[in-house]
Amino acid sequence: MNVEILLIIICMGAVTYIPRWAPLYLLSRRALPSWFIEWLDFIPAAILSALILPAILTVGEPRRLDPLTPEFLLSIPTLLVAVKTRSLAGTVLTGMGLYWLVQKFMS
Amino acid sequence: MNHSSSDDNFSAATIKKGFAAAWPVCLGYAAIGLAFGVIARKSGLHPLEVGLMSLLVYAGSSQFIAAAMIGNGAGILPIVLTTFVVNLRHLLMSSSLSVYLRELNAPQTALFAYGITDESFAVNSARFRQGNWNWQTALVVNHISNFAWIASTIAGSMLGSFVPDGALGLDYALTAMFICLLVFQLRDSLQIVVALLSGIIAVIIALVVPGNYYVILASFFAATVGLIIRRKKQSGKNHER
Repeated sequence: MNVEILLIIICMGAVTYIPRWAPLYLLSRRALPSWFIEWLDFIPAAILSALILPAILTVGEPRRLDPLTPEFLLSIPTLLVAVKTRSLAGTVLTGMGLYWLVQKFMS
Repeated sequence: MNHSSSDDNFSAATIKKGFAAAWPVCLGYAAIGLAFGVIARKSGLHPLEVGLMSLLVYAGSSQFIAAAMIGNGAGILPIVLTTFVVNLRHLLMSSSLSVYLRELNAPQTALFAYGITDESFAVNSARFRQGNWNWQTALVVNHISNFAWIASTIAGSMLGSFVPDGALGLDYALTAMFICLLVFQLRDSLQIVVALLSGIIAVIIALVVPGNYYVILASFFAATVGLIIRRKKQSGKNHER
């Protein structure tokens, strides 16, 4: 194994681990103000939406807006299945199936 | 907080429950991990180095970027700095999970932190919120996902892309999972407002600023707006009384 690459990997591991560990360690050990807990309560929905929308609504590098990607168009029926069934398995399998069909017949 | 679950050890039931929640993550990781293994090999990484990177870093997008930079002969400092910035978003996920992980001691915290990814965070925070979920089950989700990532990246680097592109819609597994887990988080209209706001701001930032700062910036802003609206509503109600 190449020593420089080994060093790169170890340093990458360290700088990735610290932001994963520090808040968990520091925040789980003290009483948090109520406003902060309320703020944290919004974080999961905010993060999920911020992860999903740019990934399915933008293409290319530098990124540009494309509201007609199959990923975005298929997110609409996928969302409806999630809301209607509230089933993770059903939603994931429906999304995969639709995506597979679209790729098969549109390419 | 809900500590109704009585199993304090890693019983078969805990592990089964973790599997039942983690399989979409594993499907998605298998598809992306194979692709990463192939690309990392092309960038000159040995399968052992691929496996070690997946074990020590365990963060997909930063690994893709690092492999490309290594392939281009970039130095250690730019690679490590880029990795740090790309993975800073875990700060918010770790903060958010801390509310549910208050009974953990220091070594348990250190172990749990290792497994926090976008996907394990999405699964575990939805399940914690629904209740009947404890840190042991969450840790099982973390480590099953971790294993799927390490194994698939090594497999990709050794065997090449033996799963054809677009097979079975695997590339859409994580997007569909995220959409469903987002729906699980939307308990009231204010959560919907925050999610929409965060998504729209994230798209705008993503169009203007390269990199993935948009995740942390948009979430931070949208959650703050959510808090302000909730506090205003509460003080309005108090005045009416």
